[in-house]
Amino acid sequence: MMSRLERRQFIAAALFTALAAVLPATLGDFYLSVLSLVFLSAFVGIAWNLMMGFAGQLSLGHALYFGVGAYAAAILSERYGISPWLAMIPAGILPALLGLAIGALGFRFTVRGVYFALLTIAFAEFARIMFEHWSFVGKTGGLFLKALTAANQPLLSLRGGAMFFYYALLATMLAAWIVSALLIRSHVGYAWRAIREDEDASRALGVKVLRMKLLAVAISAAFTGIAGAWFALMNGSLFPDSVLGMQMSINLIVAPIVGGLGTLFGPIIGALIIVPINEVSRNLAQSFSINGLNLLVYGVLLMIVIKVAPQGCWPWIARHLRLSSVGWKRGPKP
Amino acid sequence: MDRTASSAVFGRLEAGAEAMTSLSVRGLTKRFAGLVAVNDVTFDVAKGSITALIGPNGAGKTTCFSMIAGALTPSAGEVAFEGRPIAGVPPEELCRMGIARTFQIMRPLAGMTVAENVIVGGLARTTSVTQARRKALDILACIGLAARADQPAASLTLPDRKMLELAKALATEPKLLLLDEVMAALRPADTDRIVAVLRQLNRDGMTILLIEHVMRVVMALAEKVIVLNYGQKIAEGAPSQVVADAQVIESYLGRRAKTA
Repeated sequence: MMSRLERRQFIAAALFTALAAVLPATLGDFYLSVLSLVFLSAFVGIAWNLMMGFAGQLSLGHALYFGVGAYAAAILSERYGISPWLAMIPAGILPALLGLAIGALGFRFTVRGVYFALLTIAFAEFARIMFEHWSFVGKTGGLFLKALTAANQPLLSLRGGAMFFYYALLATMLAAWIVSALLIRSHVGYAWRAIREDEDASRALGVKVLRMKLLAVAISAAFTGIAGAWFALMNGSLFPDSVLGMQMSINLIVAPIVGGLGTLFGPIIGALIIVPINEVSRNLAQSFSINGLNLLVYGVLLMIVIKVAPQGCWPWIARHLRLSSVGWKRGPKP
Repeated sequence: MDRTASSAVFGRLEAGAEAMTSLSVRGLTKRFAGLVAVNDVTFDVAKGSITALIGPNGAGKTTCFSMIAGALTPSAGEVAFEGRPIAGVPPEELCRMGIARTFQIMRPLAGMTVAENVIVGGLARTTSVTQARRKALDILACIGLAARADQPAASLTLPDRKMLELAKALATEPKLLLLDEVMAALRPADTDRIVAVLRQLNRDGMTILLIEHVMRVVMALAEKVIVLNYGQKIAEGAPSQVVADAQVIESYLGRRAKTA
């Protein structure tokens, strides 16, 4: 039993999926790899948005989870010959445990808001510096995956051509989207949103704040770790600075902010906008040898979004496509 | 609302046979740096009763409430709910034990709809959102907010926000309901409706402790009145008895009340 609004949302999601499924037939490898990055970015955006957009906990150190997931998958599959399918499990669980530890530390001692964000940055930076001096993970020299041979079987190695990563990441992103949609509609989602609005009032209503916040961090970190693992498999090389650096933490969060915090479609829309712009501006920066041009583009883009659609692009688009209840500033009902 | 409907809405309120006291407060004290906000206050709230806590502004009523509701830790003294000591028990745990409170300064979950606000309360008793939603809509109908169910809580007017506070608290199916000035700023018609709702809830077995300035409401509802002044209890008794008390008239009601 769906309301008319829900039916429209469902149709929109189905159309998007169908389009994404048939698109590779018409696109070359370059576009496919850009779209793979879009899906990866959307996947991480969904993960970060669960914690920030829904549960209201600001993390600026998600690179920690991303990097640990990436290193876990790379080391396990490359050095110990473990199937990447299995390596995905610790790549999710290790970051989740780290998230639980940081969350427990922060929430237990009621470190809130920006102070919690500072704590997350501190841990991410600590991990980056540690990895740069730890020979087991290759220090600053990083890790490299072996080049693919002709005998490579994508479904076993989870590595392949542009087409393989396109579908793999599309499927991963959709799975994450479905899991978060179900979570948001469940009692967990209600608890998260209540915590986001007013922690003390939620407690008076019986919301187990500590437990729910820890759950948000753990799920968010696990998703982000799995995204890191895919990044390692796709990229073939890893450096502490590239996957654990502050730059990564920032890149992770631009898409969900531009797309719309606290909305289910926001991170996807945000990634569709941000990643192509990032690719183009980076190419431009290279051809004109202007360093940091893409950062300038980020800045300008963020200003435009804040001016035109302060709640993010998705609520704005949804209103115009009549996919949300009219005029409600937090965007469509999740 | 008829009696059976309200019982269905607000659920199971088993009448505990073992003790007649719902809440007992003993020597409750709260000191803030240099200021004693609540000083050695002792009182009982009988099971199934409606008790009012009154007194001038700054008398320590809300501080008293916050300690009972677990939001503040007492500096000294004890609070027991159905015989179990509850000082220092966190609010979410108290809520599960059956104590619900409303905030004097309303705290709607602004980014959620009115119905969603009430659903959050209902989820203290069930993990089924469908069930919590059904109950939320029943409660909203009961207190006259049904038409606003899908509006964002931030868009409510002041009296409606008061009603929402009450709805959220009721959704948690409390045995003891703590109401902090829910009637302030209400239209008289709304006040009468809420008085009727509270009476019905009380008849169904809910114990109510309320802070109230509207004396009309206190006189209409309360079986027992406790008067605080400068953090101390200065009177306790039946409403008619308390309003005749010289000290109460002096400190709170004002001299004119003597002739009224």
